[in-house]
Amino acid sequence: MMYSEKEIWSILEEVEDPEIPIINVVEMGIVRGVKINEENVEVTITPTYSGCPAMKTIEDDIAEILREKKIGNFHIKTVLSPAWTTDWMTDVAKEKLRSTGIAPPEQTSGDKGLLMGKVRDVSCPRCRSKNTQLISQFGTTACKALYKCNDCLDPFDYFKCI
Amino acid sequence: MTNDQLFEYTVRLADNALILGQRLSEWCGHGPVLEEDIALTNTALDQLGQATNLFKFAAELEGKGRDEDQLAFLRDVTEYKNILLVELPNGDYANTIARQFFYSTYYYLFLRELSKSKHEFLSAFAEKSLKEVKYHWQHSSDWVKRMGDGTEESHTRIQKAINFLWEYTGEMFMMDAIDQAALEAGYGVDNTALKNEWNNIISAILNEATLEMPADGWFHKGGKIGRHSEHMGFILAEMQFLQKTYPGAKW
Repeated sequence: MMYSEKEIWSILEEVEDPEIPIINVVEMGIVRGVKINEENVEVTITPTYSGCPAMKTIEDDIAEILREKKIGNFHIKTVLSPAWTTDWMTDVAKEKLRSTGIAPPEQTSGDKGLLMGKVRDVSCPRCRSKNTQLISQFGTTACKALYKCNDCLDPFDYFKCI
Repeated sequence: MTNDQLFEYTVRLADNALILGQRLSEWCGHGPVLEEDIALTNTALDQLGQATNLFKFAAELEGKGRDEDQLAFLRDVTEYKNILLVELPNGDYANTIARQFFYSTYYYLFLRELSKSKHEFLSAFAEKSLKEVKYHWQHSSDWVKRMGDGTEESHTRIQKAINFLWEYTGEMFMMDAIDQAALEAGYGVDNTALKNEWNNIISAILNEATLEMPADGWFHKGGKIGRHSEHMGFILAEMQFLQKTYPGAKW
């Protein structure tokens, strides 16, 4: 094998999330593992949501970049467990989200209040005000909720915790 | 538990997700407001994604070369094993929300137990899906409160939906030989054990919503063994049209 596992990881960092292209699939926590067995590379990925329509594109994009790097012998495996959680998103990814106008997840997925809808104050990605209001738990993609800022009056997406 | 029984158990779960997902998809472009249109289609997407995961696993179990699409689109009505509740027509928004509230409350409790399954796939599936269903529950219970404690019109409509759908809730908690086999193998869930907690959650939300909780009485059943209402054929006619007219058509 001409690449180390570490090098494969950095190759995968070139694959953008198809719905939020500012973030790559490694930062999103979608790539769960890279294993090299002699000449074969196994990449394990996990969906953010069961019905995430981007998974097929992500798989195709990973395959394409591996082929580009002359890795012909690979296998992309999808696993459901452990279930993807927003806790896996790196801090860099969260900052990138904010810079693109999407409020990053504010709490860890284990927080008990979550089921009862007790979301911590979400701060506006534009003016940072905490005076914001939930409009809908479901937003532009499966992973986002819709909020509005009561100070700058801008509506924005919030990447919800799961 | 035999392989055939596990297949059947999985197909029941998959069909509930598929048919509810199909029903919710009917709201696409028809939601009362844009946010609700998006909320219901997102919920539908989660259900369809879950159905895909289950059908993939069922297809592997069966080992007859069928894939998830063939299982979803090329069976006949009596081969579908979803409960009757999920195949009922959407009705008005109150009816859709009441159905979603009853089902999501059950499904949340069911998945919570299934995540403790000794079966590797079933527990992984449950752990994953549970996170999504939390949001379905939150959304539908919020709307039950809003409509119940809203205007006279919204209150009347959601109460009517709750009364009508109640007779369809019993099937969720029934156990038959297949459920029993899954339970004994350590794979499945004891549905009857969920009823108390379900009642408590439903009662608390209805109370907050100033709505009356119907009394238990006679319950409809049959979907789990392929005996469906007259609505099922119409769902399949629409859902299967493309695959039956152009077999093997790809997106």
